Amino acid sequence: MRPAGKDKLESLYFKYPKFEFRRVPELDGRAVKHPVAIAGAGPVGMTAAITLACHGLPCVLLDSKDTLNDGSRAICISRHSFQVLRQLGAVDPFVKKALGWTHGRSYYRDQMIYRMEMPHSEQERFFPMYNLQQQYIEQFLLDRIGDFAGLIDVRWQTEVTDVEVADEEVALAVATPAGRYTLRSSWLIAADGARSRVRDSLGLRLKGDNLPGHYVIADIRMNHDFPTERRCFFESAANPEATILIHRQPDRIWRVDWQLPANEDPEHAVEEGNIRARIRSILDMIGHEGSWELEWWSIYTANTLCLDDYRHGRILFAGDAAHIVPIFGVRGLNNGIVDAVNAAWKLACVADGRARDSLLESYTPERRGATLDVFRSAGKSSRFMTPPTRGLALMRKAALQLSLTHDFPKRFADPRQVVPYNYRDSPLTVGGSDFAGGVEAGDVVVDRKMPEGGYLLDHLGSGFTGLYFCEQDRLDHRASETFERLAGVDRLFKPLIVATRAVAGTEIEVIEDRSGGIFSAYAAADRTFYLVRPDLYVAARWRSVEPRTIEETLLRILGRI
Amino acid sequence: MNDRLRFEDLEKAYDMIAAGIDDAGPDRESLFLAKLCLTLAHHVGDLAVVEQAIADARANLRP
Repeated sequence: MRPAGKDKLESLYFKYPKFEFRRVPELDGRAVKHPVAIAGAGPVGMTAAITLACHGLPCVLLDSKDTLNDGSRAICISRHSFQVLRQLGAVDPFVKKALGWTHGRSYYRDQMIYRMEMPHSEQERFFPMYNLQQQYIEQFLLDRIGDFAGLIDVRWQTEVTDVEVADEEVALAVATPAGRYTLRSSWLIAADGARSRVRDSLGLRLKGDNLPGHYVIADIRMNHDFPTERRCFFESAANPEATILIHRQPDRIWRVDWQLPANEDPEHAVEEGNIRARIRSILDMIGHEGSWELEWWSIYTANTLCLDDYRHGRILFAGDAAHIVPIFGVRGLNNGIVDAVNAAWKLACVADGRARDSLLESYTPERRGATLDVFRSAGKSSRFMTPPTRGLALMRKAALQLSLTHDFPKRFADPRQVVPYNYRDSPLTVGGSDFAGGVEAGDVVVDRKMPEGGYLLDHLGSGFTGLYFCEQDRLDHRASETFERLAGVDRLFKPLIVATRAVAGTEIEVIEDRSGGIFSAYAAADRTFYLVRPDLYVAARWRSVEPRTIEETLLRILGRI
Repeated sequence: MNDRLRFEDLEKAYDMIAAGIDDAGPDRESLFLAKLCLTLAHHVGDLAVVEQAIADARANLRP
């Protein structure tokens, strides 16, 4: 919602583009079958489209809107999401515009009780978290989509009205300003949001719980001098009954988020006058006396809802279409981005013959597994932010009061921010190798800063990457053979050598690691080999290179043997 | 008190006590908590620790 007298897209800081409708061949009766269609051009759908394009696969991206998301909505982007965006060649504008952060403060009755600090080091290219309004997230992804004009066919003002699934294709009935048509594709990624039309058309339902409590999020513009940190206020003077969150965003925009008291009517609470009064009292509390302008606000509830299966034959559900999670811990957008990449690289491999359909069977265990993990931790956060019973409310008060003088209960106030879910139990992960430390199979790769500048993960490829650790001055012939075999399996395979000294006689890219920092982060010795998935997860690792074994592992992952 | 609970276990204790309060209901929650404290004091086995805990609980005591 926006202040009275303002248009739906009249923002203090963001100029909304208007996307024209473009006539498409289907409207002139030409039968076209697309390899992949994506319903929903939000951050999840756009990420999926870019991932497919990076694999060289064309797709059609549909959205009923003629512009970007109205309002800033999701604002926190995690380090892992930035790593994914880097992989997609999209991260630069994000780095330039977004505000990175590492810390947070929690207050009880206006006294600071907890200093949150997220893991960070100079080895990381990215901050643990960034704040950026969703319109910018979408704008920057759309700019990247523009680089793939021949591969990504974006169709705005195109609304999905019905879905039919046949053996070999998905048929989407769509409505446009120029009439209706049927869009046929071999595969569909449904990224059409919490009220997914695709999901409803198939008669599928999200299952789970609606947690009690309503929350308001409001964006205001003001000159306010405070670092980019998450601030959380329990029982503050401004809102003793509820919890307040404050985040800084680019363009002098601040996000204020508060919980409605149980007895406050949500419809009454979102009236502009009441929104302004509440914000004024919150600003008084934080000592902001200057002027401010109201930009936008919205109301939401916390839910833990998801589909039983994220794959339905030729349709993969991603983002809010598959799951609705509480905001605490910023997992909605971030998990949606990981869903998109997971679905898209697998579909790309299946569509161009690198993998068999069975690869897609790993999508639900990996991504629904991640959702259930979110429910566990976000459930705990929600129970602290919004205690649903008298017992939990009393315990929270006890923990907060004790936190004024003791350290031991302070972690209860930790927001449990998103961390990448591990795929150690995934059917694609090959575990069991004998390593002391390093990055386990099923975990996300770790970054390392290089002495000459740049970072290790800048060098990974769009397909699978093979990371060979070398302490010799010549490449072992078994390593060369492994690289050759893997390149024969995945045409996008990227070979990479991490070496403690110069390696002669090879065309393969060598990353020099004289200090041994990368070796140590990966618990590697001479001949160690890591097989990294296109979505930055370690699929398997070995203490020595056996070309045939490693090739068979990749073939098995791709369902080809 | 040298073997303090790991935070994960403290969280479980938090949930179990909350459930106990809810099971007791508003009329009997104080009695439940008093019995719980007395039992824990017995298990702690050190009066000075119990006295300190009581002082800590009394500090900042506001509804």
